[in-house]
Parts: sequence; structure tokens; C-alpha cells
Amino acid sequence: MEYNTEIINQTEIEIVNKKEPGRVRKFFSFISNSKSVLIGGVIVLIIIICALFAPVISTHDPYEMQMSDRLLEPMEKGHLLGTDHYGRDLFSRIVYGARVSLKVGMVSVSLSLLIGVILGLVAGYYGGWLDSIIMRIVDIVLSFPVLLLAIALVAALGPGIENVIIALGLVYWTNYARIVRANVMSLKEEEFIQAARTIGSNDFRIIFFNILPNCLAPIIVVGTLGIGIAIVAEATLSFLGLGIQPPESSWGWTLAFGMKFIRDAPHLSIYPGLAIMITVLGFNLLGDGVRDLTDSKLKRK
Amino acid sequence: MMTFVGKRILHLIPVLLGISILVFFLLHLIPGDPAMTLLGQEATPEEINRLREVLGLNEPLYIQLLVFLKNLALGDLGTSIFQDVSVLSLILTHLPATLELATLALLIALLIAIPLGIVSAVKQFSWVDYVSMFFAQLGVSMPVFWLGVLLIIGFSVNLNIFPSFGRGEPLVESILMTIQSGNLFYIIDSLKHLILPALTLGVMSAAIITRMVRSSMLEILNEDYVRTAEAKGVRSFWIIMKHAFRNALIPVITIVGLQFGNLMGGAIVTETVFGWPGIGRLIITAISQRDFPVVQGCVLAIALLFAFINLIVDILYAVINPKIKSN
Repeated sequence: MEYNTEIINQTEIEIVNKKEPGRVRKFFSFISNSKSVLIGGVIVLIIIICALFAPVISTHDPYEMQMSDRLLEPMEKGHLLGTDHYGRDLFSRIVYGARVSLKVGMVSVSLSLLIGVILGLVAGYYGGWLDSIIMRIVDIVLSFPVLLLAIALVAALGPGIENVIIALGLVYWTNYARIVRANVMSLKEEEFIQAARTIGSNDFRIIFFNILPNCLAPIIVVGTLGIGIAIVAEATLSFLGLGIQPPESSWGWTLAFGMKFIRDAPHLSIYPGLAIMITVLGFNLLGDGVRDLTDSKLKRK
Repeated sequence: MMTFVGKRILHLIPVLLGISILVFFLLHLIPGDPAMTLLGQEATPEEINRLREVLGLNEPLYIQLLVFLKNLALGDLGTSIFQDVSVLSLILTHLPATLELATLALLIALLIAIPLGIVSAVKQFSWVDYVSMFFAQLGVSMPVFWLGVLLIIGFSVNLNIFPSFGRGEPLVESILMTIQSGNLFYIIDSLKHLILPALTLGVMSAAIITRMVRSSMLEILNEDYVRTAEAKGVRSFWIIMKHAFRNALIPVITIVGLQFGNLMGGAIVTETVFGWPGIGRLIITAISQRDFPVVQGCVLAIALLFAFINLIVDILYAVINPKIKSN
């Protein structure tokens, strides 16, 4: 008996040993299969590094005003992207701006995921009148142009980073709710859910331990794309003067302010916009790429 | 067909009610005493009280809601706090400019997206496909206002071809004036003012619609009946136009309808960039003046318009694709 278990343990160890490096390699081959995941991932990684290490990466203090160095051209006097109306270094302001954009993007998407996923799970799992009510709310929210609703909410709540996050979180959850609901409705009929019910799992356990993990792939995809959407929305609100307030460095506000000097210093409105576009492009490529990969995996099955 | 339309209209009623209730509660989202916040620090207690009276804030909440809904049903959206004008008349004077801009933007979007989408589907994995998909990806990722700023830098500041600010005569009027006087000046001036904002607004929709046309064409080009037509020796141009594109159009129509909402949202930003005197600029000015009845009225007007357009799209969809009705 002892001998036997040892053999079993050993083969188990061998299997585990064989599997472990494979998993890492699998992950990388999975990624390198898709150029858009690779490019998007690298862009997102760079933006995250910029946000985390902003004090190291930036060349100047983003808030320091230097009236003698106003509206410098890019590369002038050691300012990589020039300076703004107050002589603040544009490159450093853009690097610090990554913090605001990522924070708003990630926190607001987490908020809308929290609302959307829970409502989607409940609507899909229980159906009936709960489903009807939740889907009617979705209909109502969707009957506003999303940006308009976000603008209206911020107009009421007032500007500032917290209110922008709340407004975006309250506006963008409908998509998540619908996707999760559709997934739950098809999963609900699967055998393993019936099995879980037969062995006496309660609804809570089934929803969060059996159904939710199986909805993760589409949630990750729409969440990644959602961060891009939220970043543009934040920049738009800030551009309109309704979002992040100065002196905090938001790309949208920096651009709006730069527009006042569009004739003398067009770089002030070009580079912040470029930063927004590249960041959003990164999240879009990553999201699209992961969706294509998971889709083709499903098809091969 | 009539029952479908009837059902669809019935379905609209709770949504319209929901929209109105949501817009009503916007006022109550304002932190603290709305009247005090709207008037600012310098307001006297009398002024605040008068505004509370005007906004009906002294009544219990459910009475306020009922009054709001009753006025709405009568077409009364309230009065602007800043100017002594009804909100409805403000909206009606600003809406045409926005509709003109949005219509032209949608036209530009379709003119770019349909040919590009068809060509990239037919020549999948060719350089045309890669280039147009690359630009579609950029178009989706680009903030609307940044594109506007780039166009201003290029065409207004550097080349000095198009004005960067304001609107000419309304397009319809300028066409009439040109016909009457035989002078092309009016229509050219209108178009010169329109082209940059419309392009700005249209590009993102163009990117989204291009992708939609491409993917829906790709699906249809793989269908059996397309292969049959090919086998019969139908010229490939006609296969694409008559057999494939007509069917590919069905999902495209839905996305075009949804794009209208996107365009209205984008119009707010575009109008701010180009100083276009539409409803978007009205909202932003009203927000900065804390003229909340105007904000509520504009939001409501756009949402109602959007709901109405979606209704038309749904009906169109059912006309084109009879399968929908049975569902």
C-alpha cells in the first residue's frame, strides 16, 4: 500500500512538474498568437509604469510655474514637449496625467462592473419580475446618449475626480449587466448547475462559485474595453470644464487650456490628445485581442 | 405590422416615464439646498426663497414629481433662471443647428464607412483592409475634441481655408438664398463653417460603422447563396451589391440608429470646440451658469429625440427583415 501511494504521488509530482513550465509558456504563446494583445499590452504596461513611477519619469515638477519659460516649444531649454502658459513642463504634466486617467478609468469601471455584474447575475438567474424590472432600468439608462447622461450627472453632483468616477460608474454599467445576464441565462441550464443544486448548494453559492467564474472571460473583455471608454469620457468631461479641476493634471483639461494658445503653441493641444489616444488605443487593442483569442478558442472547441 | 408598431409604442411608454423621472431627480442630486447651490454664495435669503418657490422645492417630493410630469405632458419645460425665456423656446431655437450638424456628420460617416467597409470585406487581408482597419481603430480611440483641435490647427490656423468658429446661415436657408439670388456665396459660406465640425463629429461614427459593414459583409459573403450566384456566373460587382450588401445592410441600420445617440453626445463636445450655436453649447453654457431648468430640459429633449429615432429604426428594421415581427 505504501509503495503504491508513493508511485501515485511521484507520478502526480511528475505531472505537476511537466505542467508548470508549460503553463507559463502557454500564457506567452497565447499572447504572442495575437499581435493586438501584444501591442495593446505593451502600451497599457507603459502607461501603468508612467502612472506608478511618475516622479521618477517626469523631468520637472508638473506644478512648478516658471514665468520666464512660458510657452516654450518642444525640446527648448530641456523641456521635452515644451511648456504651458505658466511655464510648467508639458511632458511632466502628461506623465502625471496618466495617474488621473488610469485612476478614473479603473475605479469607475470597477464601480460599473460591481453594479452591472450583480444586477446581471440576479436578472439572469432569477428571471421573472426581478429580471423585468432590472431590464427596464437598463432600457431607461440606455435611452440617454451615455455621454449626455454623464454630463448631466456631473452637472448636478459638481466637478471633481470623485464625482466623475461616480457619474461614469453609474452610466456605463448597462452593457455589463446585459452581457452577464445573457451568459447566466445559458449557463443556468447546464448540467453542472443542476448538479450543484441537487447536492444542496444554495443560490448564493451557485451564483458566485459556479456561475460567476464561468462568465469571467467576457467580463474581462468588456471591462478592458470599458477602461478605454471611461478614459475618453473623463477627458471629455475635463475638457468641457466639468471634470477634474486644476491644478490637478488631467489630459482633457490640459488640452482645453492649451486650446487658448492654439495659434502660438499648438503643441499644448496636440500632445495631451496624443496621450489620450495612445492609452485608449492600448486598452482597445488589448480588449479586442483577448476577445478574438477567447472567441477562436471557443470556435475550436 | 400594425400590431408590431403598436406594441413597440406601448413599450416606449414606461421608458419615456422613466426618462422623465430620472431627469426630474437630477435636480435633487445637487448636494445641499439646490436653490442655494444654484445661486451661489452671494445670494440673499429672499432670492433663495424666490428660487425655491420657482423650482417648486417647497412642496413635498411626490407633489413636485407630479407637477413636473403634468407640466411635461403640457409641453411646459419650465423657465430659464437666467433669461426670462421658456426652456422649450430656447431648445427649439438651438435644436435645428444641432440637427443640421448631426445629419451632415452622419452623411459623411456613411459616405466614408460604406465603401470602405465593403472594400475591406471583399479584399479581406489585403493592404486596403489593413489600412482601413488601422484607421477605424484610430478613429474609435481618438477623443472627438482632439480631432476637432487637430483639424483647426491644420485647416484654420495653418492653411486658413475654413473658419474655426461659429456657424453661417442655416444650410437650408442658404440653399434657398442661393437659388433665389443665383449667388453661390451663401451656400459656400454655410458649408465652410459646417465642414470641420461635421467631419470631427462624423469620423468616430465612420470608424464604428466601417467595422460593422465589414464584419456583416464578411459573414454574408460566406453564405451559400452568394456562392450559388458566383457559380451561375453573376458578375462579381453585382453579387456584392445586390446579393451581399443588401442583406449586410440590416445590422448596419441598427448601428446607424444607435450612432445617432453617439452623435448627440459628441455634438455637445464638437459644438464647444467650434462654437457651434446648437443644443450642446446651450447645455454647457447652462451648466456653467447653473441654469438647471435649461440643463434638465435639454437632457430631456435629446433623450426623447433619441428614443423616437430608436423607435423609427426598430420599425424600419421590421420592414426590411420580416423575421423580427414574429419574435
